[in-house]
Amino acid sequence: MTAPAPESFLELRDLRIHFPTDDGLVRSVDGLSFRLDRGRTLGIVGESGSGKSVTSLGILGLHKGGSARISGEIWLDGEELVSASADHVRTLRGKKMAMIFQDPLSAMHPYYTVGAQIIEAYRIHNDVSKAVARKHAIDMLGRVGIPQPDKRVDDYPHHFSGGMRQRAMIAMSLSCDPELLIADEPTTALDVTVQAQILDLMRDLQSEFNSALIVITHDLGVVAELSDDILVMYGGKGVEYGTAEDIFYRPEHPYTWGLLASMPRLDREPTERLLPIKGSPPSLINVPSGCAFNPRCTFAGRTAGKATTEVPQLLETDGGHLVRCHMPRAERRSIWENEIKPIMEST
Amino acid sequence: MPGSDPPGHPGRTIVVAFIVRRVIAAVLMLAIVSMVTFAIFFLIPRALGQTPEGMASRYVGRDATPEAIQGAVERLHLDDPILVQYGRFAQGIVVGQDYSLGPRKAECPAPCFGFSFNNNQPVWPTLLDRLPATISLALGAAITWIIVGVSVGVISALKRGTLMDRAAMTFALAGVSLPIYFTGLVSLSVFAYTLGIFPGGGSYTAFSDNPIMWFQALVLPWITLAFLYAALYARLTRAGMLETMGEDYIRTARAKGLKERTVVTKHALRATLTPILTIFGLDLGLLLGGAVLTESTFSIPGIGKLVIDAIRGNDLPVVLGVTLFAAIFIVVANLIVDILYAVIDPRVRIS
Amino acid sequence: MRKTNALALAALGTALTMGLAACGGTAGGGGNTSSGGGQGTGAAASAAKHNDGYTKVVNASDTKGGTLKFALSDEPDSMDPGNTYYAWNWNFTRLYARPLLTYSPEPGDAGLKLVPDLAEAAGEASEDGKTWTYKLKKGIKYDDGTEVKAADVKYAIARSNFTSELTDGPKYFAEYLDAGDYKGPYKDKNLDNFKGIETPDDHTIVFKLKKPFAEFDFLVANPQSAPVPQAKDTGLDYEKALASTGPYKLDSYEVGKQFNLVKNENWDQATDTTRKQLPDRIEVQFKQAADDIDQRLINGQIHVDLGGTGVQPAARAKIVGDPKLKDSTDNPFTPFNRYAMMSTAVKPFDNIDCRKAVQYATDKTATQAPWGGPLGGEIGSTAMTPTTVGYKPFDLYPNGADHKGDLAKAKEHLTACGQPNGFETNIAVRGDRVKEVQVAEALQASLDRVGIKTTIKKYPSGDWSAQYAGRPDFVHKNGLGIMIAGWGADWPSGFGFLSQIVDGRFIKDSGNYNMMELNDPTVNELLDKGIQTTDATARNEIWTQVDKKVMESAAFMPFVYEKTLIFRPSTLTNVYVHPAYGMYDYTWLGVQQ
Repeated sequence: MTAPAPESFLELRDLRIHFPTDDGLVRSVDGLSFRLDRGRTLGIVGESGSGKSVTSLGILGLHKGGSARISGEIWLDGEELVSASADHVRTLRGKKMAMIFQDPLSAMHPYYTVGAQIIEAYRIHNDVSKAVARKHAIDMLGRVGIPQPDKRVDDYPHHFSGGMRQRAMIAMSLSCDPELLIADEPTTALDVTVQAQILDLMRDLQSEFNSALIVITHDLGVVAELSDDILVMYGGKGVEYGTAEDIFYRPEHPYTWGLLASMPRLDREPTERLLPIKGSPPSLINVPSGCAFNPRCTFAGRTAGKATTEVPQLLETDGGHLVRCHMPRAERRSIWENEIKPIMEST
Repeated sequence: MPGSDPPGHPGRTIVVAFIVRRVIAAVLMLAIVSMVTFAIFFLIPRALGQTPEGMASRYVGRDATPEAIQGAVERLHLDDPILVQYGRFAQGIVVGQDYSLGPRKAECPAPCFGFSFNNNQPVWPTLLDRLPATISLALGAAITWIIVGVSVGVISALKRGTLMDRAAMTFALAGVSLPIYFTGLVSLSVFAYTLGIFPGGGSYTAFSDNPIMWFQALVLPWITLAFLYAALYARLTRAGMLETMGEDYIRTARAKGLKERTVVTKHALRATLTPILTIFGLDLGLLLGGAVLTESTFSIPGIGKLVIDAIRGNDLPVVLGVTLFAAIFIVVANLIVDILYAVIDPRVRIS
Repeated sequence: MRKTNALALAALGTALTMGLAACGGTAGGGGNTSSGGGQGTGAAASAAKHNDGYTKVVNASDTKGGTLKFALSDEPDSMDPGNTYYAWNWNFTRLYARPLLTYSPEPGDAGLKLVPDLAEAAGEASEDGKTWTYKLKKGIKYDDGTEVKAADVKYAIARSNFTSELTDGPKYFAEYLDAGDYKGPYKDKNLDNFKGIETPDDHTIVFKLKKPFAEFDFLVANPQSAPVPQAKDTGLDYEKALASTGPYKLDSYEVGKQFNLVKNENWDQATDTTRKQLPDRIEVQFKQAADDIDQRLINGQIHVDLGGTGVQPAARAKIVGDPKLKDSTDNPFTPFNRYAMMSTAVKPFDNIDCRKAVQYATDKTATQAPWGGPLGGEIGSTAMTPTTVGYKPFDLYPNGADHKGDLAKAKEHLTACGQPNGFETNIAVRGDRVKEVQVAEALQASLDRVGIKTTIKKYPSGDWSAQYAGRPDFVHKNGLGIMIAGWGADWPSGFGFLSQIVDGRFIKDSGNYNMMELNDPTVNELLDKGIQTTDATARNEIWTQVDKKVMESAAFMPFVYEKTLIFRPSTLTNVYVHPAYGMYDYTWLGVQQ
């Protein structure tokens, strides 16, 4: 049943990651597909619980051996990872694919120096002496912009400031030149100026290493900064996929409109919400019938009753631009052009 | 790196200053403990109307003549003001004192904690005499329980929810719940008296006399005492391990591509063991002050047996001596644990 | 009063029983005794029955050798014969200390007779009964080979009775000897200044008394009369360097841990008719867990529980349920009477009929139960105990064949007392003595049946005598009508037992043992008369009269004559219960190898 290996560097086909719990089956990721090529950046956006982080950990194979039920396919550079052995995927982790975690204070081990942690990461995949690895660690710290890296290499994570820790985290992730880099909320914990520096850094490093980059965030601003393509996730599924231009200038999914409208802007009061997304993220155990977004959707009434009865498909609306919505394409475009865009631009 | 301390690292001088300060505090602490203990045993009874003669009457024979009681009052200086008595006690600790044995005087060199009311032996040498038994018991048990407890806890945490985990935790619950005198008596009854694998109670022999006998006699006490603590530590370790395994840095370690074994041993254990080691230090310090129940059950002549007998026999100087002795161990254990903690956990700043 | 070392840990009882239930082996059955003595011959256990050791010598054997092992849950006040008040130690110290006289080595009443030990014969009293002369046997040597001299006996008594250092033993010699204001040998090195004893030659010793004392022979049977050479005396440290006259001498002593004896080559059986010298070595372990001592006894790892106070409740339960084990036990009387005293100075007990009402109303099977039932004590009806010389059984207040009380009689006396519907009073008890508290509760329930409402008041045993029940003013103020107590004599005669607790002239402001405050001139006169009566038969007759008088006062209500259940492993030879100590004769024991 498995289709032949794709040409893309990374391709997910109908990935499902479910967790059995005492309360029922949690469908954290429920039929996700996308592609990503080398040198490209994919932004995955969505609220907490939309399945973004589970997806990224799933790609790294970190759910293997646990209680998760995983199906579908993850193709990385011609290899299928869902069916691969846990040990084989482990050898790819850190080297072929690496991850930058959010909140590096908790993501770095408090009892080991920053240097030791980078050295460890490097030596897993490179058979070199400690001295060589240490030199490499200092190099990496220098490249991510840590001043006096030869001294700071012996510091513990808690000696670093938040931004420095994030840089160190990036240095650690990049220490084995990974071809796929996944950054999970890389700037959430940082203040604005540092955010900008980190984003610059990631952009520079990506072009330097020519790696494929996935940036996971709930912050559209970050995505706007970095991404070539954007995947909007809701309730474990992709609801809209397209280029950054598609998503920012021609969004067609009501959830995307909500996200865009709630983006903080300098010219607006921060508390003001033009088009609030009412309600809260859906339960992943008892997913609303029909379109998972329907209880929160302002336009659910315009679907000819299909909103609560039928699960919408992710369909192409334009070259490569995919949308999961029951409303006809013309109506979506009309609503965007006539109802949403004017409000966003008016104030 | 030699010669230069990274910013925020404790410097060597800071550590020395820390230790000096803590030692001074410890000595002050002991002085206070001695005063409070002394007050409890000597000041309060007198405040409640106990006369020097009433006090002395407990330490002479049953039908003691008034002369004998008066003699004891004079010999033990029980009629002096309490402050003078405390002064003499404190002076004894610092410079020693004499004690009349009858035809001659016994010298009690510093640190002199006085003489037992019950058997007239100087307290300090008695304590030193009992210490090896207590150390033998405490150390052997400690080694046993830290190895067993931590191993069981780690395995239980990693195999969480399996039959093995449940069995281990049930066993641990039993260990925590069963009192030592019960497990001790049962183990003696089964292993010493029915199966005859180990010698029975009262068979403790000093290591220097016969190391083999020493070992054989201590196996059951070690296991009995370790059972309680191992159970406690298994539960602690399991809980700590489960918490640690959920930490972000464990996920990071896995994301690096580390083997699971390395993740557990190098990353998870390190963090789990740190708080356990500090508890271990304090438990050990406490035990060195005497493992009362175990020593009593197995008739091991240690500090704990000494103090429980002294309490029963109203032997105030011995009780006072052991209290101070135990306080020393606890204070020292605290000090060591604090320093160790600072060494093990880089986040703890010595200040 | 003798001390016992009953540090009962009753709480451990059930735990041990449960542990032992899994065992089920019999004495010596494991063949795994730790003493290195070849194969255990447990199968050839003696055919002795329960209480055989009470009437005859069990496992009689003259086999020599081996190590006799004792264990004790307590430690002694001192191993110095002159400085100990423990009953077991008056028995045990005879292994290395020979007093002038000692008790005849026989079970039963014959053992209450005094026989010569260091002395050639019993004391020779002067006409007025105030001078007692003893002749020492010749050729008795210390373990270092030097000869025992009369002056050493004199010195021993001087040090044990007249110094402020050796405070643990009794002070009868200080009380009865006419010694003026002698300061004791530690303050006054010249022994000639001690006028209470004269030693005209090296083998004659003459005691000078203040007043006649017909039972003086009992006093010199105390280990305090064992000789101590002045040059060897190190005061409180003497227990660590004892000069031995007995069949054993000190090998090593670690205070609070162990005490070891080896054979004394300078002891001569020819001069000693009461002791044997069978084991090569005798070892004592102190401070052993009480329940564990029982386990070790039953498993043959030790031979004797030195305290002689019997097995713990856990082992008792096991023994009672196993006939084979029970055959290895004896159930002797201890010197103790357990009783209640009714204060004649607290209303309404100033009226004899109210006291009699209590005597009749008490259910004595209920008050016997806390002691362990019939194995723990026999229901008593006299002040003196059965192992006291002069004891005659009688019962002035028969309360039914089943001892459950005669309520009709009790009501009769309540009416006579003017309290037909009963009254209220307090029962004082040592709150930390579990058995005595249970007795108080049983008594409370008994008296409730006739309308006598009681409140139990608990006081700490440490200050019981000095602050509470032993202080008449406290007793009066707090209305302590009934006090639960016990008494064991220092020597097994009526006088030894009774004088402290019934003589009205011994009522003290503090430390009073005559808690009923009985001050009956007849009793006092009889005591005086008896102690001046040199004829033993006539004297013992007087003690019986005293006992009757005391019981007639109805202020003294005995519960039980205490008994113990003591275990004799099959490896122990020459075992019998010595009546003067209520435990095995420690100088006779040997071990099978």
